[in-house]
Amino acid sequence: MKEPTDIGLNRTGIGTSPLDSKELIEAAEATVPSSEGDASGIASLRISYAEESGIVGTMPPPSTVKGAVKSVLEGLGAKNPAVFLDKLAERLQFERTGTRMYESVLAKFDALGSFDGGPSREALLEFHGEELRHFHVLRSALESMGADPTALTPSADIAAVEASGLLQVQNDPRTTLPQALHALLVAELADSEGWDMLIELATNLGHEAMADDFRDAMRAEEKHLAHVRQWVANHAMQDAEGKLEQAA
Amino acid sequence: MALDLTKETGVALDAQEDFTWRDMVREPISKLNDDAFTRLRIILMNGVEMEANRFQHAFARMNAPMRADLARVRRIETHQQVLVNWLLPADQSPLETTIAYEQVAIEVTASLALLEPDPYIAQVLRFGLLEDFDHLYRYSALMDRMEGKDANAILQSYTDVLPGRPTVVEHRYPTDDLREPYDRTTASPITKLVSLTIMAGEQQTQNYYQNIGPLFADPAARLLYAEIAHIEEQHVTQYESMIDPHETWMEKWLLHECTEVWNYLACMEQESNARIKAIWERMVAYELGHLNHVMDLFRRVENRDPFEIIPTSLPEGIKYMSHRDYVRQVLKNEVHLRSVGTQFVPVGEVPPDSPSIAYNRQINSAGSPSQTVAAGYVYTPGTELAKKAA
Repeated sequence: MKEPTDIGLNRTGIGTSPLDSKELIEAAEATVPSSEGDASGIASLRISYAEESGIVGTMPPPSTVKGAVKSVLEGLGAKNPAVFLDKLAERLQFERTGTRMYESVLAKFDALGSFDGGPSREALLEFHGEELRHFHVLRSALESMGADPTALTPSADIAAVEASGLLQVQNDPRTTLPQALHALLVAELADSEGWDMLIELATNLGHEAMADDFRDAMRAEEKHLAHVRQWVANHAMQDAEGKLEQAA
Repeated sequence: MALDLTKETGVALDAQEDFTWRDMVREPISKLNDDAFTRLRIILMNGVEMEANRFQHAFARMNAPMRADLARVRRIETHQQVLVNWLLPADQSPLETTIAYEQVAIEVTASLALLEPDPYIAQVLRFGLLEDFDHLYRYSALMDRMEGKDANAILQSYTDVLPGRPTVVEHRYPTDDLREPYDRTTASPITKLVSLTIMAGEQQTQNYYQNIGPLFADPAARLLYAEIAHIEEQHVTQYESMIDPHETWMEKWLLHECTEVWNYLACMEQESNARIKAIWERMVAYELGHLNHVMDLFRRVENRDPFEIIPTSLPEGIKYMSHRDYVRQVLKNEVHLRSVGTQFVPVGEVPPDSPSIAYNRQINSAGSPSQTVAAGYVYTPGTELAKKAA
């Protein structure tokens, strides 16, 4: 099977067709644009629309009476308790997507096998289980605060948009295991930062038990990050040194 | 290859009901490695299948006795469309696909204009060509300035990235987009095939932009797609008005099927990717089956010989190649033309009371997205950042 780093027929560069590209470049250099200016016009449009636009959405109201009471009580500790709920929901969405990401990577593993210094199936399964557990930890945390864990909050929505490119990479049947792991690395980096902030918020708001649960999760996520980072690096180094051996 | 339509029967309709989801959803082409013209063929044929589908729906809505036959053929056209369009890969973003759509609109339109024997119809094609040529320049500027990406990774140096007839001046009053139709009784068969093909191509482009415009977050992109989708609507108006409205429904169906055979044959003959070529071969055989089915219907329904409508052998097909020199010549000679009703005149001869002048002034009165996005833009390999000092 071909590797993406094998020399092939990539036609995207300007050097692929010197005669055609010479024509293209010479004509472009003689361009007389139909309007003067530069890319700053695009910035002006962005600014103008941003000034007139609303926001992507807001937080839902508390889903239960208990939740409403909780919100008031939490309000004693935080000026805006919805911030914590929004961040909890963001992490929840991310862990849910992260669980699915590991399923994608497992399928890639089953189809293509691993490499020396790459993941074992057991490790991927273990991390998958931990992502799922973290989702449940967050679901419980939101429920304990009277919030609806199924609501898509603004931060959860944006986090899902951010992750959408990663899923495209992992689910494309043409991408390799190392390519899928690279996308996973981006996710784990963001995840690690996310837990860090969540622990700080929980601690500051006095949710000590919750902060302890989150520290457990953080330790698992740090382990994920360290491993995924190593797998990606191992593959690149071996590939560069011509030592790559596929081992199913 | 001259295909004798009096003898080629293709695959019978019954034998075409052999699709499965796995058959339709196959490995896509490589954005990086496949030739740009493979991508162009896929995009055009998606448009041709889309038109087959939409036309047959309209036909069925107004002709009860034909519903069963239309439903059967249309279902196969739908399978074909999925098989063809799903050959586009997931790493090709909507904006990259847009660049490819405009390359289709330039290279295919240029080839059609060169094939077209009717001088007026050829002029209409060249008129549209210069507008789509400008769209490529605008979208390339957007891709460079919004995403930091080089449009030539898609174009593969086959097509120039230069201003054409500026998009800002393309906005016309609706009746200035209407054209004189060919005469169904005297027009050359190729004129009918050319007209249907260009209409199908532009229609799918309009549909595509109308659908994907809102997928973009950047207001510059949302605005540019809104603006160019409008021009594509104008182009659909232009190209569908070239077609004789007096053709009967059955004549039109025959011509649609003939157009599909003609187009798939050109794809098959020029395809460089063996895996894709095999798909084109199968599609030619299936479309010949559709054509024969419709020829039989035509004989029964209209009691006429279908070869009064379609040619007995197919004319020369679309050339999938760079038309750089031809496009430059058209640009030099005709960029100054504007339409007044169904005719083309130099910009200086547009009457001051032309409704297009008022229309254009109104629609651009709060700014022109295409002018803003490409302000001062000069295509540079590796994006314009390559020339910008760090």
